[in-house]
Amino acid sequence: MSAKLKLKAAFISLLMLAVFLGAWQLATQPKESAVQALADSEYAALMGKGQEKSGFPTPGMVGKSFVQYLSDPFYDKGPNDKGIGIQLAHSLGRVAVGFLLAVAIALPVGFMIGMSPLLFKAFDPFIQVLKPISPLAWMPLALYSLKDSDISGIFVIFICSIWPMLINTAFGVSSVRRDWINVARTLEVNPLRKAFLVILPAAAPTILTGMRISMGIAWLVIVAAEMLVGGTGIGYFVWNEWNNLALPNVIFAVVMIGIVGMFLDLFFGWLQKLVTYRE
Amino acid sequence: MSTHFLTVESLKKVFPPTNGIANEPVFEDINFYIDKGEFVCIVGHSGCGKTTILNVLAGLDEASAGEAFMDGREVRGPSLDRGVVFQSHALMPWMSVLGNVAFAVKSKWPDWSKDKIKEHCIGYLEMVGLGHAIHKKPAELSGGMKQRVGIARAFAIQPKMLLLDEPFGALDALTRGTIQDELLKIVQATHQTVFMITHDVDEAILLADKILLMSNGPHAKIAEIVEITMPRSRTRSEIHHDPQYYKIRNHLVDFLVNRSKTYAGAEAEMFHDAKNPPVVRPGLEVERAPVIALATEKVVSQLQQVKHAVNQ
Ligand SMILES: Nc1ncnc2c1ncn2[C@@H]1O[C@H](COP(=O)(O)OP(=O)(O)O)[C@@H](O)[C@H]1O
Ligand SMILES: [Mg+2]
Repeated sequence: MSAKLKLKAAFISLLMLAVFLGAWQLATQPKESAVQALADSEYAALMGKGQEKSGFPTPGMVGKSFVQYLSDPFYDKGPNDKGIGIQLAHSLGRVAVGFLLAVAIALPVGFMIGMSPLLFKAFDPFIQVLKPISPLAWMPLALYSLKDSDISGIFVIFICSIWPMLINTAFGVSSVRRDWINVARTLEVNPLRKAFLVILPAAAPTILTGMRISMGIAWLVIVAAEMLVGGTGIGYFVWNEWNNLALPNVIFAVVMIGIVGMFLDLFFGWLQKLVTYRE
Repeated sequence: MSTHFLTVESLKKVFPPTNGIANEPVFEDINFYIDKGEFVCIVGHSGCGKTTILNVLAGLDEASAGEAFMDGREVRGPSLDRGVVFQSHALMPWMSVLGNVAFAVKSKWPDWSKDKIKEHCIGYLEMVGLGHAIHKKPAELSGGMKQRVGIARAFAIQPKMLLLDEPFGALDALTRGTIQDELLKIVQATHQTVFMITHDVDEAILLADKILLMSNGPHAKIAEIVEITMPRSRTRSEIHHDPQYYKIRNHLVDFLVNRSKTYAGAEAEMFHDAKNPPVVRPGLEVERAPVIALATEKVVSQLQQVKHAVNQ
């Protein structure tokens, strides 16, 4: 039954994709009359090329980009011409480092805040003010004080992914069921064992939710950050291709950003499932 | 210092004010003792403070006044000497059945090897009839099985005293009966000292050596201590045949229905000494009980009239 449902859904998805591609094709194909009127084939080719450059790319042109970039994802021909795999790897690397740094700070600090109502209240105003700041607003300060575009990118990822994790960790830890804490107390469990064997597993689903949100934001932000600082990464790739007016490549990159983001989210969804318990 | 295993003296609890309005004491002047190997039940209406007393004995909560001594030492904070079975089983859902018990055993004996811990845990899980389910997660168990794990966990650390808060309250009658039988067997075999809250009069008579009757809150007190004079080798199926059974049962029900409200206020102190609550043995009384009950009822109704008049 559910397999049948899946099949039906997949069919409808494909249908929607086909309709979308068809509409796109119709909307972007070059005007027949304009092409016919030009007898000189060389001129036509020239015009056609010109049209390609200025008009919105057709699905076929974007398809060509897909084939071209995916057939050789890891080539490296100098700073402005690298394979899509290398660009994505740069972005993912920055995200990973910034995110892990954020985990390293957010988990212990969130734990501390969650354990102590006093600290919770004391930290709260700072978190409330810092949380809504667009991470990119930190960029000038980061560039000025860190003096390195690569590290600044990592810092921006760090600063945007820390808040959801910090808040969720604190919240998860502070709302661990009283009963479980009482069990640990009556068993005179030492604080470290209590933290790792009772509070952490109890709060893990909430913490993982925070991590998932953080990762989502980090992947959104890295593209913008790389457009700003340049050099490498998928964001820089988009910016570079835009400057080359190579719109098919831009569209290709946009789709790749979506796909990678989806896999990141799936991965965290899987982690979340691992730590979720049924009561 | 008294010679009893557990002594509770002048215990009182006032919760901090809610919304700026001061709370009345939930209970006050609670005095009782428990000897080693005794099974003591406490019975009283919901909200009279039974759980609060148990939490104080467990060291999870602090009394506003008075103290509790166990084994000659004041109860201060939780201790592995006192095992607690929580009303809501309180199993960690991310650990297996074995993991839950092992967590407790490892806390008590940190130096034990993995195998030794496992063997010890399995012994106690088999004792409660769960030898086949040790690798299951709590979510895969029925309510009765979960409660059994909670009992195995509490017994496995071999505490000097066991505290149970309505452990079977959430179970259906059939399951409750089976687990009561098991608990009875285990306690008879181990001579475990037990303090247990229940709202089930039959359960209390079946299990207890003595029953503390608590009057209604606020200002709840121990109204009476009922000794269960039937022989200790009881079984659930035969206890009804003992002529004492109904006398005791009637006495308890009469208290809960008619008399539990009448211990608060100044007038009650005229005939009730909370420092030394009367010890009664309704099982041994010969047809005198109704007379006493009538007499008390009369006094009570008179007192209520007085109270009524004073209030107006
Ligand atoms: N944390 C608390 N703050 C204020 N009042 C409380 C608190 N916990 C319990 N109480 C009150 O104390 C009384 C006794 O509660 P409890 O010990 O749970 O009763 P029982 O277990 O006999 O039903 C109840 O009236 C309850 O409302
Ligand atoms: Mg209770």
